[in-house]
Order: sequence, then C-alpha cells, then structure tokens
Amino acid sequence: MSAREEMLGRIRGAVGKGRAPDAARAVDARLAAHQTNLIPARSQLAPEAKIALFETMAREASATLTRISASSDVPEAIARFLKQENLPSRVAMAPDSWLGGLGWEKQPLLSIRRGRAEPSDDVGVTVAFAAIAETGTLMLLSGPDTPTTLNLLPETSIVVLRASQVVGAYEEAWAQLRQVRNGEGGVVAMPRTVNFVTGPSRSADIEQQLQMGAHGPRRLHIVLVDE
Amino acid sequence: MVAEEIGLNDYLEANGVEPVETDLGEYIIQLRHEPPSHIIAPAIHVNKEEVADAFRAAHTHLPKERVLEEAPTLLAEARKILREKFVAADVGITGANFLIAETGSTVIVTNEGNGDLTQTLPKAHIVLGSIEKVVPTLEDAATILRLLARSATGQEFSVYTTFSTGPRRAEDADGPGAFHVVILDNGRSRMLGTEFQEMLRCIRCGACLNHCPVYGAIGGHAYGWVYPGPMGAVLTPWLVGLEEARDLPNASTFCGKCEAVCPMRIPLPKLMRRLREQEYERKLSPPAARWAIALWAFAARRPALYRLGASLAAQILGALGRRTGRFRTLPLAQGWTAGRDFPAPQGRSFQSLWAERK
Repeated sequence: MSAREEMLGRIRGAVGKGRAPDAARAVDARLAAHQTNLIPARSQLAPEAKIALFETMAREASATLTRISASSDVPEAIARFLKQENLPSRVAMAPDSWLGGLGWEKQPLLSIRRGRAEPSDDVGVTVAFAAIAETGTLMLLSGPDTPTTLNLLPETSIVVLRASQVVGAYEEAWAQLRQVRNGEGGVVAMPRTVNFVTGPSRSADIEQQLQMGAHGPRRLHIVLVDE
Repeated sequence: MVAEEIGLNDYLEANGVEPVETDLGEYIIQLRHEPPSHIIAPAIHVNKEEVADAFRAAHTHLPKERVLEEAPTLLAEARKILREKFVAADVGITGANFLIAETGSTVIVTNEGNGDLTQTLPKAHIVLGSIEKVVPTLEDAATILRLLARSATGQEFSVYTTFSTGPRRAEDADGPGAFHVVILDNGRSRMLGTEFQEMLRCIRCGACLNHCPVYGAIGGHAYGWVYPGPMGAVLTPWLVGLEEARDLPNASTFCGKCEAVCPMRIPLPKLMRRLREQEYERKLSPPAARWAIALWAFAARRPALYRLGASLAAQILGALGRRTGRFRTLPLAQGWTAGRDFPAPQGRSFQSLWAERK
C-alpha cells in the first residue's frame, strides 16, 4: 500500500465515510457550491464609501496612494511620484495593453522597459485585478501581461488600479475571478499565482522592531484612477 | 514549521543540498544552529547584538570593520545576502498555510515576501504541507485568513497572501517550471475520530503562546521541540509520543487564556487535561506521584479521614517548622523544595479554622 492510500484509508476509517455511498457526491456538492461564510459588515458599502475605506486601510498598511480622475494622467502621476520621492526614473512595466496605451510618450524622462522585473530593477509598475476595501488589499494575478516579479523584486512597487475594481470583501473578488476565468467543469481556472498584497514588505524579526522592505518592496504606491 | 518537524534541513545537508532559510527570523536561528522559540517569531529570544555576531561569523566576505549596531543595518545586510541566494537557488521550498481542495492551490502567508521570492525565482517550487491544512474552497480560505493575521500579529491582513496553482504557464515571463506538493500526515490522521481531532483546526497563529503565562516564563526552547506553548503541549505528545513529552501537558496552570484567545476555538485546557489522564492511565508518571495521587483520592472520598489527616499534618509540620517557619527540604517533595522553601503550616488546618468562624 502506498503512503497515500494508507493516509486516505485512515482518514476514511476515522470519519466513517468508507460506508456512505453518497459521501463523494456530498464532497463534490460542497466544493461546487463555494458558498460564502460570514462576511464582516464593514466593507458592505456604497461604491464611493467603499473606495474611501480602501484608501484608509491601504494607508494604514503603510502604502501610499494618489487618486486621479483620468487614466490619461497615470504617466504624469507616476513621474511626479518618482520625482517627489527622489527615485530613479528607470521603470520596469507590465506589458498590459491597457496600461501600455495610457500615453507614456508624454513623459520622456521616464525610461520604460516592458516585461518581467530583473533583480537590478528599482521601480516596477503593474496593474491589479481587484482591490479589497475591507483591509486595503490589492489582488494581483500572474500572467503574460502581469509578471509577478514586477511587484516583488523592485524596491518600489507601483500598482495602477481603477476605482471600479474596488470590491468590499475577498469573497467578492473571488466571485469576479470565477466569472472571468470560468474553466473546465465550472472550476475556476486559477492563474499560476494570485497575490494578495497589503502594504509594503516588512519584518519584526529583530527585537520585535517593525522595519519596512524585508525581501519585497520597501514602498508600495497605488495610483487609483476614477475612470 | 513542518520542515522543522521532519528535520528537513539536517537531511538535505547530509545529502549534499545547501538549505537556506529565507524568513529573517528563521535565517538568524539557522546561522545560530538553534531551533525556533516561537512559531510566528522564531528568533524572538535573540537580541540585535547576537544577530550582529551571527552575521559577522557567517558573512565573512564583508568588511570586518563594518558597523552592525542597529536593526535597519542588520536587515539591509540580510536582504542583500538573501537576495543573492534567491537568484542563485535551483529549488524553492515553501510551507503552506492552507491547501485548497477545490482548485489544488497552495496558500502561503508572509509579511516579508520571502515565500513569494522563494517560489518565483528558482526553477522548481516544492510545497511542504500537512493534511489538516486542507480547506474546501477559496471562500473558506478567505474566512480563516481573516482570523490568521489578527490572531498572529494583530494586523488586519498579512502583507503577502499568495495562492499558487501549478508551474508557470507557457506564455508566462516568470515563475518556476515545476510545481510539486508534498502532503504530510506524520501522526495527524490518528487524531481523527478522537476528541483530539479538534486540535487539527489549529492554524498556527501563536496566540495561545503569546497569552500563556507558562510560555512567558520559560520561553519556547523549554518545550524541547518544534511546537511550544499550549498548542505544542497538545500536539507534540501526538507527534512524538506521550512517553517522550509527558511533561508538556503538565506545564499548564489551566488558567484558560489559551482557549479564550484561540480563533479556532480549540479547547486546549480540556485536551491537556485529557493527556494528563492518559499519562496516569498508561502509568507513564513516576510511581511516587501516582501513589501520592491515589492516597489523596482515597482520603478525599472520606471527609472525616481527610479532616483528621489534614489536622495532623498541619500540627506536626507546624511543630517541626516552628523555629524557622519554613522547610528547606521535605521527604517525598524534594522536587518541589529543590527550587524553593516549603512554608511551615501555622498549626491549624483550613477546614478547622473555617468551621470555627462559621
């Protein structure tokens, strides 16, 4: 008997499911229903209040945030942020088509390379799939247009987010993912990674003293676009 | 902590593989060749001077005269060294806070981002999980994740919560080429169907450690193995055998704080009490302790005898100890008097004083 069969046999024996013929069907139904459990009321708000909650929670997690009204202002907002913070203007950027079409040529001082981030990159710019107001959390998906390294390797991570992408709770974000990535047999086709990011990297492992920038980015800047 | 549980690093080293811990706390204790003292803050017992000493001993290629006094300098040095290790590593091994049955995803939660770099940069990602980490759906994971960070560090949500499903896709620009999940049982399935199966709900947040007066007084290393505090006092006897760990369930005042703060509502005092019963039933405790308990139980069921015995003991011990008011040593109680004096009774038993005042 393989270790796997041995383990599963012990589990079946202990929970008494070995005899129930419809046990497997019950499990399938439980998984297929993907029902939500209790969701805290604090994120169940009207759209504008939800966005305000996201801003508050993201700032509380030590992210910085700029809110702008038009997507055509994204390049300028990013250039201004980098200048203000005295950061390099060399940027690694996600090859996402929406992001790419925002008019970067109007910011000639930014030198942009599209693709994954390398360990030598200082600034990474990418887009989010959704954002969760409850805790100020960004939900990022890996994919050809959004390499994960962009939000992990550079010391400064910039994420562009549309206001319409802000949801209240994690469960709402999962529901959206299920909708756009409905895979075989109704099971969500997960990307390689779904990254929930709440603020910049940190560690308190030396004398319980909180410090930013442990392994991931030291700064997380969110550009929130209304349209 | 599953890797510590199975002694993975020692095994890899013995087989010519160089394992490098990437969580800052784990890295520090790896350099110091010691086990973790806390499941969330493994190097909580180390001060920054000791961290500096460990770094100087390990990072010998860096200038000797460099200043390593403050935490930010230490963090910056660790970040730089470990970044090189991430880039050079062939294989990344992570644990799993949850495994999702519905999608076959593994979930890792960190604040540093080490779990993400570990699985993104090397050619292969190996996940080491255990059977009790399986939850049915993504929605179920969301519910428990709400509890984890709050109970572990008081954060609303940890910085990085990552769901991984398979290796890099054909069109992806980054990510590992291979994704391999190892699911460990190591005694856990034996807990199913017993009253101890409630322990399988544990999400390793460490809240019970942080609130335990015994853990606070003796520290994590005193528990002798990977899992300290009340959760360890219940889990360790199951994983290594009660005969190897029979002191742990006894190292509790039963104040009940661990149960009160547990986000998964595990009745830790009840489970520790049950382990004490098992210790007695299986005759694992020393004969003297067992006889003493049997004698006490015999008397406690006979109130007249109990009162007489208590009065006699109070009088005799009171007379013997009148001069100093304490005993430096007592027969049958040397274990107790080895560390402190036993106060001499004042001559009357509590029950007789109580009866008189009533």
